[in-house]
Amino acid sequence: MSPVLQGILTIIIGVGGCVGYFYGSNLLLDKVIFPARGANIGRNINRANQVRPWLFLFPAVFALGVYLAYPVVGSFYRSLFDRSGANFIGLGNYVDLFNEGTFRVAVFNNLLWVLVVPALATFFGLLIAQLTDRLRWGNIAKSLIFMPMAISFVGASLIWRFVYSANPDIGIINALRDAMGLAVLDPLQVQFWNNFFLMFILVWIQTGFAMVILSAALRGIPEETIEAAIIDGANPFQVFFKIKVPQIMGTIVVVWTTITILVLKVFDIVYTMTGGNFGTHILPSYMMTYMFRDDGRATAVAFVIMLLVLPVMIWNIRQARAEMR
Amino acid sequence: MDNIAGQNSGGRVAVNITVLVLVLLWLLPTVGLFVSSFRDRDQISNSGWWLAPMAVDLNFRTRVATDGAREEGGVFVLEGNVFADPALAANFPDGAGVVAAYGTRAVAPTEFVAGEVSELRGGGNLVVNRDGSYRIEAPEALDRGPTLYFEARTPPKFTLANYQTVLFADGMDRAFINTLTVTIPATIIPILIAAFAAYALAWMDFPGRGLLIAAVVGLLVVPLQLALVPLLRLHTDIGIGQSFVGIWLAHTGFGLPLAVYLLRNYMAGLPRDIIESARVDGATDFQIFIRIILPLSFPALASFAIFQFLWTWNDLLVAKVFLPSGADTQVMTVKIADDLLGSRGGDWGILATAAFVSIAVPLAVFFTMQRYLVRGLLAGSVK
Repeated sequence: MSPVLQGILTIIIGVGGCVGYFYGSNLLLDKVIFPARGANIGRNINRANQVRPWLFLFPAVFALGVYLAYPVVGSFYRSLFDRSGANFIGLGNYVDLFNEGTFRVAVFNNLLWVLVVPALATFFGLLIAQLTDRLRWGNIAKSLIFMPMAISFVGASLIWRFVYSANPDIGIINALRDAMGLAVLDPLQVQFWNNFFLMFILVWIQTGFAMVILSAALRGIPEETIEAAIIDGANPFQVFFKIKVPQIMGTIVVVWTTITILVLKVFDIVYTMTGGNFGTHILPSYMMTYMFRDDGRATAVAFVIMLLVLPVMIWNIRQARAEMR
Repeated sequence: MDNIAGQNSGGRVAVNITVLVLVLLWLLPTVGLFVSSFRDRDQISNSGWWLAPMAVDLNFRTRVATDGAREEGGVFVLEGNVFADPALAANFPDGAGVVAAYGTRAVAPTEFVAGEVSELRGGGNLVVNRDGSYRIEAPEALDRGPTLYFEARTPPKFTLANYQTVLFADGMDRAFINTLTVTIPATIIPILIAAFAAYALAWMDFPGRGLLIAAVVGLLVVPLQLALVPLLRLHTDIGIGQSFVGIWLAHTGFGLPLAVYLLRNYMAGLPRDIIESARVDGATDFQIFIRIILPLSFPALASFAIFQFLWTWNDLLVAKVFLPSGADTQVMTVKIADDLLGSRGGDWGILATAAFVSIAVPLAVFFTMQRYLVRGLLAGSVK
């Protein structure tokens, strides 16, 4: 069967199945198991209402359990076994990893990414949000800077090849160097700094995200606080740094952590730009070198990523719980 | 009046210029890709895309025909015009052009300036003028005409040939359909599942509700990398293996936390009165959900749908792991990253075109539905 037909069939089965499940299970609950008639009508209605939330939740909870909760445990379990999966080697995979130079480079680079990308993206996002705030063509400007959000990491990598290419007739950087009489070089092979060139691609993509959210937050600041500051003689910079930024600090932190989480997952840019060569590996791309070859190692790397995400996860949950109270 | 530099007109100009520079910087790489995708292959490798509207100096070769040779005072003379060569008609349709330099050896195609007289190997001399006319004087009759190399300005040339190659010869059409096949079910299926769960989490009271919401928030940040190995294993064990069914399920699972989270936040903000009065009127939860909540939540459903669409369309990791790597199941991102970058690594026109084909649909979605996208982003992170 052609995949297209299969796809259409899946949509029908998926959507029809969902509707059928929800409708059918509710019907079953109300008419058969706890019918709202007969001697126990009151008790039956109450019982049905106790069960119903779980009917609504079941498919989602099941899918979340299988596709996200189970893998956390499953990956950790698998990472304790060797390549074949038959021999238990305890933390052997982790020990091997830490003894490997490339892994340490990947961890170091990953920490750089986590520090630099959210900082730069948030900085540019805040800057652009503030500058475009009262601009007549601000919305067009924001929309254009937001645009890279829609572009895939693979597409973005190709786009940036037209900036970084070593050929001065393709890459803008080398064209400029050529025009200034400097020797042509491949930016992606300049050790250490090439990491920053790769990071800038992600900054380019994520700045729009930071800008949109911070721009909304800036609009939400009460006018009176700003007016009061101006009447007291604050200059525009003081208004921005002492009045506005403190009031949107919460949003800045949210933007920062959201981008941090994303940074820990992105493997596409390194994969398509350098393939991890020239000392540019980060953990997600490093994991892919083991994927399909050594599941024990691959899951061990994945679990290290999980450990890095863990603090943010706990912080997020605490925030969410605090909000609900 | 509260702008950083909005107090005087000089400041306003500075703000305008700064924003303009930033926008241009942000736009520049994408414009480069777009322009390059329409350029002729030879022109791409000979001048930067920023020079695309200018004429390009390209090197050509032509073989001089010997049949027009005549004798003139003891030497054989061969005259003609390099632009008359029918093989070059595609580049010089009106048979005219400007020669900047010429040469007789492939290793030094621009050895002599146009108009300069040079010595011919094997005796005699040769001149090629700026208008393309040449004159060869040889002491004896030439049995084979020499090959001339010359550099000439060619007018800027824009073509759809790259698109033709990418779409019809390079298998990108197949990849495009595969991407659509992955994306559409993976966008639609999670919405319904998540909507029901979100309603339960927002408007139904049951023990453990807070815990479940916290769990969803936690799962929101679980790195996908963790899921790859165990799930591929699971898929293989239950007989799905690497297939479209597998990737639909995977995308559904991975998209659910965001869907539930976004929709729950939105639904929890709906006015309580409507739901209460519907309850009083005897509507069941199922009816309330279908008749009231679902239509009212349209903006949130739309923003999640856009997120999920962009995410699945642009995904490389999940497609690499959960789909077989053969040509008939490759999606566009995999095709570009694993196939084209390897086999067409130096063919910038093809690469640019392939990239542009793959980002065209998300860009169209982005610009038409930006409103919903922004709303979704805000619902997800600003309180």
